[in-house]
Amino acid sequence: MVVATPKRIKQIKFGLISPKEYRKMSVTRVITADTYDDDGFPIDMGLMDTKLGVIDPGLRCKTCGGRAGECPGHFGHIELVAPVIHVGFAKLLRKILRAICRECGALLLDPKKKEEYIEQIRILRKMGQSAEDVVSEVFKEARKSGTCQYCGEAQQDIKFEKPSAYIEVDEVDGIKYEHKLMPTDIRTRLEKMSDVDAEVIGMDPNNARPEWMILTVLPVPPVTMRPSITLESGQRSEDDLTHKLVDIIRINQRFQENREAGAPQLIIEDLWELLQYHVTTFIDNAVSGVPPARHRSGRPLKTLSQRLKGKEGRFRGSLSGKRVNFSARTVISPDPNLRIFEVGVPEAIAKELTITMNVTPRNIEEAREYTRRGPENHPGANYVIRADGRRVKVTEINGEELAELVEIGWKVERQLKDGDIVLFNRQPSLHRMSIMAHEIKVLPHKTFRLNPAVCPPYNADFDGDEMNMHVPQNEEARAEAKILMHVKNNILSPRFGGPIIGGIHDHISGLFLLTNSKDKINKNDALELLAKMEIRELPEPVGKENGAPYWTSKQIFSQILPGGLDIEFKAEICEKCDQCKGVDCEHDAYVVIKDGVLEQGTIDEKAVGAFKGIIIDKLTKEFTPDIACKFIDDATRLSIRGIMRKGFSFGIDDEYIPDEAQSQINEVLESASDKVEKLIAAYKAGELEQLPGRTIDETLEMEIMKELSKARDSTGEIAGRHLGMENSAVIMARSGARGSMLNLTQMAACVGQQAVRGERIQRGYAGRTLPHFDKGDLGASAHGFVKSSYKNGLSPTEYFFHAIGGREGLVDTAVRTSQSGYLQRRLVNAMQDLEVQYDGTVRDTRNMIIQFKYGEDGIDPMNSDFSKPEAAKRIIDSVMGKVKE
Amino acid sequence: MSLSEKTIEETVSTLPLPDKIISNLSNELKKTRVTKKQLDEVIERALAAYENSRIPPCEAAGVVSAQSIGEPGTQMTMRTFHYAGVAEINVTLGLPRLIEIVDARKNPSTPMMTIFLEKEYAFDRDKARELAWKIEATYINSLGNTSTDITEMKIIIELNKKALNQRNIEVEELAGKIEEELGIPVSSSGTTLTMGPEEPSYRQLLQLGKQLRTVTLKGIKGIKRVVIRKEESGEYVLYTEGSELKQVLGIDGVDNTRTRTNNVNEIFEVMGIEAGRAALIHEATETLNEQGLTVDIRHLMLVADIMSVDGEVKSIGRHGISGEKASVLARAAFEVTVSHLLDSGIAGDVDELRGVTENVIVGQPIRLGTGNVRLISKKAT
Repeated sequence: MVVATPKRIKQIKFGLISPKEYRKMSVTRVITADTYDDDGFPIDMGLMDTKLGVIDPGLRCKTCGGRAGECPGHFGHIELVAPVIHVGFAKLLRKILRAICRECGALLLDPKKKEEYIEQIRILRKMGQSAEDVVSEVFKEARKSGTCQYCGEAQQDIKFEKPSAYIEVDEVDGIKYEHKLMPTDIRTRLEKMSDVDAEVIGMDPNNARPEWMILTVLPVPPVTMRPSITLESGQRSEDDLTHKLVDIIRINQRFQENREAGAPQLIIEDLWELLQYHVTTFIDNAVSGVPPARHRSGRPLKTLSQRLKGKEGRFRGSLSGKRVNFSARTVISPDPNLRIFEVGVPEAIAKELTITMNVTPRNIEEAREYTRRGPENHPGANYVIRADGRRVKVTEINGEELAELVEIGWKVERQLKDGDIVLFNRQPSLHRMSIMAHEIKVLPHKTFRLNPAVCPPYNADFDGDEMNMHVPQNEEARAEAKILMHVKNNILSPRFGGPIIGGIHDHISGLFLLTNSKDKINKNDALELLAKMEIRELPEPVGKENGAPYWTSKQIFSQILPGGLDIEFKAEICEKCDQCKGVDCEHDAYVVIKDGVLEQGTIDEKAVGAFKGIIIDKLTKEFTPDIACKFIDDATRLSIRGIMRKGFSFGIDDEYIPDEAQSQINEVLESASDKVEKLIAAYKAGELEQLPGRTIDETLEMEIMKELSKARDSTGEIAGRHLGMENSAVIMARSGARGSMLNLTQMAACVGQQAVRGERIQRGYAGRTLPHFDKGDLGASAHGFVKSSYKNGLSPTEYFFHAIGGREGLVDTAVRTSQSGYLQRRLVNAMQDLEVQYDGTVRDTRNMIIQFKYGEDGIDPMNSDFSKPEAAKRIIDSVMGKVKE
Repeated sequence: MSLSEKTIEETVSTLPLPDKIISNLSNELKKTRVTKKQLDEVIERALAAYENSRIPPCEAAGVVSAQSIGEPGTQMTMRTFHYAGVAEINVTLGLPRLIEIVDARKNPSTPMMTIFLEKEYAFDRDKARELAWKIEATYINSLGNTSTDITEMKIIIELNKKALNQRNIEVEELAGKIEEELGIPVSSSGTTLTMGPEEPSYRQLLQLGKQLRTVTLKGIKGIKRVVIRKEESGEYVLYTEGSELKQVLGIDGVDNTRTRTNNVNEIFEVMGIEAGRAALIHEATETLNEQGLTVDIRHLMLVADIMSVDGEVKSIGRHGISGEKASVLARAAFEVTVSHLLDSGIAGDVDELRGVTENVIVGQPIRLGTGNVRLISKKAT
């Protein structure tokens, strides 16, 4: 097969098409409004003429001889009986009409000025900038002139009536005479315009003469872009464009008949207007002031402009974004036993998607084996392509046979197998980590499986999320995927230079439970914990108990750390004491790792979590991504075993607090209510001290809010005192696995104030929020303070207020997603062409320099740590041969 | 045999490293006793580390920055108002504020100034207060009660002595100011001001009353409120609702080097494009940090740079950068598709197909990143 040399389109020139050119490129004139004859065959010189291309299978195009699918389609044309205005240019035409002489068509400016303007426009164009401002100045200047400098004709005012009527107003002795300008009149004026004048008004006379804005010939789009569909009943349903063209041809014919018959001027004008209407809606069916043309069912027709516009239009829907082959989509589910860069692919998908192998002497045996296995035996082949380019489907029956025929130069479309590189994606694709390259692992069942540690970059969870997979089809693409998009090369986010892949939820609880305990782990348990890892030897046991050696949990964790790792940091559970005791921390919150051994401290979100994980960050930056990858794999597996060792669950009992605590909480809430009442009393007595810059009402609201939030916090504290570190929810909140102490407070102690737009709930009935309260009641419970906890249950009024607050949250999210989506689209569109050059500058496609040095220092945000003082210190320390002062 | 600080400084400062790294290095080195040999090794490692952390050529820095700012947008709160620094002043925050910044709005929804004072004012509460009154726009309503006498066709203002003293305004001064602004004679007796329209007409009287309320008697029009706050350093700082940078900078006692506004366009107009760029970066960083989101400053710099590269602050979007792109196809693919196509036809525009969207549309490799790299092979001889 001959490989065509890739051609590159260098440029695209835009312009208007002249009537002459329309006729030249047209393959046929269209004169009948009918489409098919009684036999269902396209009528010659009709709208479906086979010269315009074919859509019915079996027919051949009369112009190029191609079948449906091969023939791209060809334009035809309609000769309009009278010229009509192109709506898109109606506004421009108005400006031009006002700027040129009604008699000689000259632009009403001095020749010298014209030259100046042309010069300006040329310079602007050369610099790649828009000449819009100059052109609008030209129009403004030219309009001022009352008489033509060239022929002395007095100019008249031109009124424009939307969408496309121009009326000339002649004033004689204070009486206004109006007469309508027909498109023919306008065209005559425009024809008289010189090329130089056209250039002054920003046109390119070689590609766009002003008179071409008035249509005398209408191009008929090829059939291929307006295919008709055959309904089940055998009836044909035509495309919207065809419908519109039928209308145009009908009116055109009637117009011609009437004119030839010498119909009165009034009727002619009416028909002319009707023709104008149909041509207008053919081009754009949403022009303001024009009733949209409708389908019989009442649906507005989708004509040319509507096809291009908007998200689903040609530009955004079909050209900038395309549908692809070699892709799959299904629900995702977690599997911590996969490596983070793997993806579990259902066998059904693996059998369907293929990779094309070019058969060479080196892989011919392999290729034959795949062919032999056929499409049903998993790593098989679905098609083979012979040297002459014919595709042959591999079946159970012909597999063996075909395998023998396979020879060098053939291609075999083999099924996906373990280790193949694919792209994995979850929408919305907000950043580049939303599409990463994974290695395939073919698994049973019907879902994609992934390690939960890669959820953060995709922002995925398993509540029914679906993800897409794409199979790169050539070596170049696969290489690029493997080098640039592989998960292990995307552990660090370019947004903030930290890890975005890391443990979540149970990974963190698991490691926390494991490393925070003082358990003595016997040999069996130690081996069980480390079973899934590639650890073949246990370290020296710490001691012996009852004659059996035992290990500490920190030792176990150290097994998955690489040697040579030295770090110290404060864990997430750090209580941020005023005076940090460092190594002597009584909460075991100060982590010390020396030479890959966890000497003390608890492993939690700060160590291995996504976004925060210090160990992951270190391993990726100072070791290699592979080591970091391995660590995350091991950590996820170890954590699952760690959590299973202890067992971890959360139920309603975990929200139980003793009666004495409950009464304390009630007391706090009671006293808060009293304080609020006091504030209200002070307000009513006019004794409340006004905050500077606030009204007295605002002051009261702020004081009440402050008081109530204080009360909620202190109830939380009381509850927190009674729920110790043995409580699952506390463990999750403190270790950073999931939830916060606030969530726990709401569950166990008090839900707190419900707010709308940051204020207490004020809306509802006149003077009160609900009929349950007195008018003018300013108290806590009347404005949305929920005293109950989720566990105790909310009272009806509280429940209602809670629903109000909850609804606001939902609306908020819905609004935010659309707004931030648009923000991102704008940002990307504005900045997508920027590229770092070899000289370190950032330039756009015009080669304009945006930054002389990227980020002022040329440092990759992914490695932005280097610009911090610690980096310098680390280098110096390592040279000076000491780890720490 | 350690080196002196001076030699360290000299050797380090000539290194081909960014300024910030050089200062980091020399600061750290000065703390240690480093020998010549060790210094050489430090330098060698620093250079190697810099080489490693450089941004690779052909990186699509623009898209990365756009995504890095856009992605956290989904996590931001919508809550428009919150109190920034001072409890008394509401400021737009979160996503709406970020949108406002990249839109380069001429009038942000909540303009606000932070006015720092010069030393002799900054630590003196009374002097600071005095300045605050000079800045805050004062209207007649805050000075006394206005009543309309219909029988006499007069407007009578009962001034509040305390308010006048507080703001340091004399009755005569006030009368003069009103006279000047409204162009009618004002008679004063004690703390009472009386005035009436030139022609005794009911309508004019009402109109006069209306006008009177809008006269800025003292301070800067546009600054609705000033709040004084004592910072932890003991310094008094003024926070204002409303922003008039140019006029505020003209007031004696205002520290022109630190005073700022959150209106980026105002900073650009008063102090030029570089200050405008810095303000963009500052405002965007603040907005993101307030939400607890970490975004590398280089991304914000790039956005600020593309917004200010032409010498004026341009918005991101149809009316700014995206609308001025050279490529017709890129513009058509963004927004207002049809009119871009029609206009380009008229002007005979040529699309050079250099950018990303254009090449995606015509279906050929983009000239960015790996699409911008070509292999050159040497002929075997």
